Amino acid sequence: MGIIKAKDVTFEYIRRDEDGNVEGLTTAVDHVSLDIKQGEFIAVLGHNGSGKSTLAKHINAILYPTEGTVWVDGMDTSEEDKLWHIRQTAGMVFQNPDNQIIGQVVEEDVGFGPENIGIPTKEIWERVEESLKIVGMYEFRKHSPNKLSGGQKQRVSIAGVLAMHPKCIVLDEPTAMLDPRGRKEVIRAVRALNDVEGMTVILITHYMEEIIHADRVFVMDKGRIAMEGTPREIFSRVEELKELRLDVPQVTLLAYELQKRGVGLPDGILTAKELAEALLRTENV
Amino acid sequence: MSIILDHVNYIYGGDTPLAVRALDDICLQIPDGQFIGIIGHTGSGKSTLVQHLNGLLKASSGSIYFNGEDIYDRDYDRKKLRSKVGLVFQYPEHQLFETDVFTDVCFGPKNLGLDKKEVELRAYDALRKVGLPDELFYQSPFDLSGGQKRRAAIAGVLAMKPEVLVLDEPTAGLDPKGREEILQQIRELQKKTGMTVILVSHSMEDVAEYVDRIIVMNRGRVMYDDVPKEVFRHGKELEEVGLAPPQVTYILQELRRRGLQVDTDATTVEEAADVVMRALQYVT
Repeated sequence: MGIIKAKDVTFEYIRRDEDGNVEGLTTAVDHVSLDIKQGEFIAVLGHNGSGKSTLAKHINAILYPTEGTVWVDGMDTSEEDKLWHIRQTAGMVFQNPDNQIIGQVVEEDVGFGPENIGIPTKEIWERVEESLKIVGMYEFRKHSPNKLSGGQKQRVSIAGVLAMHPKCIVLDEPTAMLDPRGRKEVIRAVRALNDVEGMTVILITHYMEEIIHADRVFVMDKGRIAMEGTPREIFSRVEELKELRLDVPQVTLLAYELQKRGVGLPDGILTAKELAEALLRTENV
Repeated sequence: MSIILDHVNYIYGGDTPLAVRALDDICLQIPDGQFIGIIGHTGSGKSTLVQHLNGLLKASSGSIYFNGEDIYDRDYDRKKLRSKVGLVFQYPEHQLFETDVFTDVCFGPKNLGLDKKEVELRAYDALRKVGLPDELFYQSPFDLSGGQKRRAAIAGVLAMKPEVLVLDEPTAGLDPKGREEILQQIRELQKKTGMTVILVSHSMEDVAEYVDRIIVMNRGRVMYDDVPKEVFRHGKELEEVGLAPPQVTYILQELRRRGLQVDTDATTVEEAADVVMRALQYVT
């Protein structure tokens, strides 16, 4: 069994009006099954309201399935006595860095998690140092988080999760509020986690170009997994993605546009290099 | 009729040792009816700049003229200025508070002291302009989707009938289709009404696609102020200040490096496709 496994997971909630009367039932996640292996880089796409964040919150037991089961490293998330262990195994990073940072000094903030689970002081400091180095924020360890840029703050948030020594990290739109440099910094840190540290990464995003290095992509729609495949397979289906309110990276879109104008190119081009090579090939024909 | 900023400076914490110069000698002219993009990394001063346009922040020195009048003049009606220059903040949906969408949009014009009929007409008109369907008007704003909430919030500002609409990161956190819908609606609105629209954004692709003019902010100064094509020519300099030209620009540069004779000026996918087609035909 993989690090994260979901079987027939459904999550429903009851909508109520102001007086608390039941208005109806919303199914936010609808019979989702998936199996994620240790060390995989998974990307989750989906329009606003497609259920991707709701699904993500099942992975570290913020939400429990109405039906079905989620296992994190073999632990059933509905077993309450495993809760702490599950949250340490699967850490989560959210969209807004300002809502996740509590410490007055960067290193204190990163140490907060391990301190709360009773790690000995010496080891806390080791973990803080190691985590900050992984995300490239070690030199800022004595700074106040208030004075950092968005990308730097978000990397401190990631370090805070890493200090808990999770096996898996879930990032829910970590770059939505960042400028281009901040986005690049965060994505670079996330890729290093996966490549160098071998950590399982689940990245939820609206930026298509951030996921071209993922091993697998899930596309969610109406609470279900509508598409699944490698980035190349997914981004070959331009029209389907557009129907799901999504997009493809600009290079893929450019290749698609050229195809429509009669240039013979393969589907699902992901990088400028590939496009250049393919174009030069067509020229020589 | 325009906005003129004349040597505007703004200093935070002026009498403390922590003083920060957030705006440094800004001179700008914003004529009517332009669609302007303001870009800059976090902390470059773009939000500080737009908050000066409707008098939310007062310059430490320098003057701002709106339609020829000095807004810092003792008897200038700054309350009126705020209804003329509408500011839509980041995540404006956090400011929704009423029980239904329509009442929420009415809040602004009601506070202008207009009569009920006029208020409702304006609210209706504003909601139509942002493309929110009628059946949502009497729903709780909290039951709407992310994109719909944001449009409801923008309608709240439009109902004030501003002459200048400033939007701070209006597409943050929206899915690609939601981004496109909002920006297209804003463009249509801008074309139809001739309103001046100022878009603060981190998305170079969006800015390249929609605006006529880009103002690049860095360390409180205006670094570039030109049409998108010209601004994005400075790829290296933009990267140095934490920005980047749109992805297509990089793609074309890569194609060129690899021996395809393409012009690297294009800033949108459409333009890039034209450029590549031309290059291919030239070869064959």
